[in-house]
Amino acid sequence: MRTRFLLALLPLVAFLASGCGDSRNHAQAVYMLIDTSGTYAQEAGKAQVIINYLLGTLNPGDSLAVARVKSRSFSEKDIVAKVTFDSRPSQANVQKRAFRDKVDAFVKSVSGSAYTDITGGLLQGAEFLNETGAGTKIVIIFSDMQEELDKVTVRDFPISLKNIRVIAVNVVKLKTDNIDPRRYIGRLEAWQKRVESAGATEWRVINDIERLDAIFSKS
Amino acid sequence: MWMIWPDNVALSALIWFVIAMPFLYAARKPVHQLLRSLSHAFSGPLRLGSHWLLATAKEMQQRNKAVLLAHGQEETGQRVEREFERVAALVTRDLQGYPALQRKLLDEITRIEEDYKKTGEVPPPPPEWVAAVDAMAKVKSSGSEMVQNVLEEINRSVNTIHDKAIADYRRAYESRHKILAGFMPFWRSLDRTMQQVDKKLTGLETSAAQVDAQMQKYEQIAKKSDNAEQTLTHSAFTQFVIALLVMAVAVGGAFINFKLIALPMSEMVGAGDYIAGALRTSEVAALVIIFVEASMGLFLMEALRITHLFPRIANLHEHMRRRMMWIALILLVTLAGIEAALALMRDMLIADKQALVQSLASAQQAAPADPLLARIPTAGQMLLGFILPFALAFVAVPLESLIHSSRTVGGAALVAIVRTLALTLRLIGNVARQLCRVLVTLYDVIIVLPLLVERWVNALRSGAAETGLEAGRRAAKS
Repeated sequence: MRTRFLLALLPLVAFLASGCGDSRNHAQAVYMLIDTSGTYAQEAGKAQVIINYLLGTLNPGDSLAVARVKSRSFSEKDIVAKVTFDSRPSQANVQKRAFRDKVDAFVKSVSGSAYTDITGGLLQGAEFLNETGAGTKIVIIFSDMQEELDKVTVRDFPISLKNIRVIAVNVVKLKTDNIDPRRYIGRLEAWQKRVESAGATEWRVINDIERLDAIFSKS
Repeated sequence: MWMIWPDNVALSALIWFVIAMPFLYAARKPVHQLLRSLSHAFSGPLRLGSHWLLATAKEMQQRNKAVLLAHGQEETGQRVEREFERVAALVTRDLQGYPALQRKLLDEITRIEEDYKKTGEVPPPPPEWVAAVDAMAKVKSSGSEMVQNVLEEINRSVNTIHDKAIADYRRAYESRHKILAGFMPFWRSLDRTMQQVDKKLTGLETSAAQVDAQMQKYEQIAKKSDNAEQTLTHSAFTQFVIALLVMAVAVGGAFINFKLIALPMSEMVGAGDYIAGALRTSEVAALVIIFVEASMGLFLMEALRITHLFPRIANLHEHMRRRMMWIALILLVTLAGIEAALALMRDMLIADKQALVQSLASAQQAAPADPLLARIPTAGQMLLGFILPFALAFVAVPLESLIHSSRTVGGAALVAIVRTLALTLRLIGNVARQLCRVLVTLYDVIIVLPLLVERWVNALRSGAAETGLEAGRRAAKS
C-alpha cells in the first residue's frame, strides 16, 4: 500500500522537480553600457530616458545593471548601479526608485573619457548576465559604436556572448560618417559580425528612442 | 522500355493490350475468385465489427436505461417522501386543532338550534272566556237598560282585555325578532369557520394531488415503461443544459475572482516564481484559494443538505453535521475576508506602480484624482472580493445536477457514437463489396472480345449439337 502511494507520488515529484526550478528561466537580465567618451557624454540625458523605460518595464525578479564605457571598461568599478528586483512587487518598486536616484546622480556627474572600450564593457556585461542565470539576457549599448583604445589595452581576441541579445541604441553619426556614410554602415556591419561570431542570439540597432519596446521583442 | 512504337504511346499500349487479352481471358476465373475473396476478406470483418458494435450499443442502452430508471425511481421516491412530509406537516399544523374547531362548530349549531326553537314558541292562546262573550253576544237585546249596561260593561272589559292580548302578542313577536337578529354573529362565525376548514382542506387536496402525480410517475418508472424513460432522458438533457449554462456563468465569476487576487498573491508568494511553463506560483496560489472556496461552499451545501454529493456527510450525526456546517461557514467567511483584503492590496499595488511609472516618465504628472472617485473602485473591489466566494459556494447545486445528468447525457452520446461507428463500418463493408462486383464486371468488359468469341463458339457448338440431335431423331423415325 505504501509502495503504491509512493509510486503514485513519483510523477508529481518529477513534475515539481522539472517545473519548480525554472523560475530563473522566465527572468530577464539587462546590462546597459553608457558611452561617456568625448562628446557622446552629452547624450547621457537620453540614456536616462532608456533606463527609466527599463525600470518601468522590468518585472519583479528581473535584474538590471548600468555601467559606463570608459578608456578601460572591463571592471566592476564601472558598474554605476545594479539590482535584482525583489519578487514582491511593492519591494521591487522601492528598489526601482532607489535605482533611479542612483542613475540620476550619475547623469549629473558624468564626465567624458579619452578612449572608448566597448569590448571591455561587453565582456563585463556578459559576465554579469551569466551570473544572474536569467532566461533572457540583453546587453544594451548606448554608444556611437566607435571603439577607440589606447596602445596598451588589448581587446583583439574572440569574445563569448553566447545566448545574449545585443542591442545598440542611439548610434549617432559622426562627422566623418556624414562625409562618407559607408564608414557608418561599415562600422555597424563590423560590430554585427563580431557580436554574431561571439555567439549572440541577436544583433539589433535602435536609433529611435520612441521605439524602445523593440528591446524586449525578439525579431 | 515497354514502348513497342516509341513515337506512339497509344498504339504501343493498344498492342500490349491485345497481347495481354488472351492471358487475361485465361486468368478470368482465378481473378474473379481473387476479387470475391478480397471482397469477403474486407467486408466480412467490417460487418462483424458493425454487428458487435450494434450489440454493444444495445447493451449500453439497456444499462443506461437501468441506471436512468434507478436514479429516477430514487429521485421520485425522495420527492414523494418530501410531499408526504409536507402533507404531514400540514395535517399536524392545520388539522391538529380540528377537534376544537368541531366542538366550536357543534356549540354554535346547538345554540342556533335552541334559538330557533325559541322563535317557534307561539303566543298564549286567547282566554277561555271568549266563548262566553260569544254566547253573550248572541243574547237578544230587549231594550232593557240593565241588559244594555251589562253588555256595555262586557264590551268595555273585552276591549281592555283585547288591547292587552294584542300588546302581549306584539311583545312576544318582538322578542322572537330579537332572537332571530341575534343569529347573525353566529352565522358569520360559522361561515368564517367553514371558510377556514375549506381553505385547509384545499391545501391538503393540492398536496394530495401532487403526491398522486409523483406516485403516478413512480409507478411508471417501476413498470420500466418507455414513456418514463423518455421523460427522464428529456429531463436529464434539460438539467444538463441548464447546469452547463449556470456553470459557465460560475466560471466567469471565478475568472473575475482570479483576476482580483492573482496580483496581490504575488506579494505573498513572489511574482518571479514559476511552477511550470508560464504558470506563475502566485497565479496557482490564487487558483488554489478559489478552489478551496468552492470546496468550502460544496461542504456547506452538503452540510445544509441542499446537495447530496457525499453520502458520508449526509449520513453524519445531526450534531456533527451542524458542527461541520459551522466550520465550513467560518472558513468561507474567513476566505471572503482574505479576498477583500487582497482586493484592497491589489488596488494599492496598482496605485504604487502607477505612481512609479508617472515619476519615471518625463511628461508632466497628471493631477491627482478626486479622493471620493478613487475610493469607489477600491470599495467596489473589496465588496466584490467578499461577495464572490459566497456566490461561488452555490456552484455546488448546478455541479450536482451536472454530475447526475452527465451520466445520462454521456451514456446517450456514447450509444449514438457507437451506433454511428457501426453504421459507418457497415457502409464501408457494403461499398467494398459493391466495388468488388464492379471490378469483376469491369474485368469482363476489358476482355469483352474473347468473351464474345467464347459466346459465339458456344452458340455454334450448341447449334451443331441440336442439328445432330434433330438428324438423329429423323433417322430414328424413318
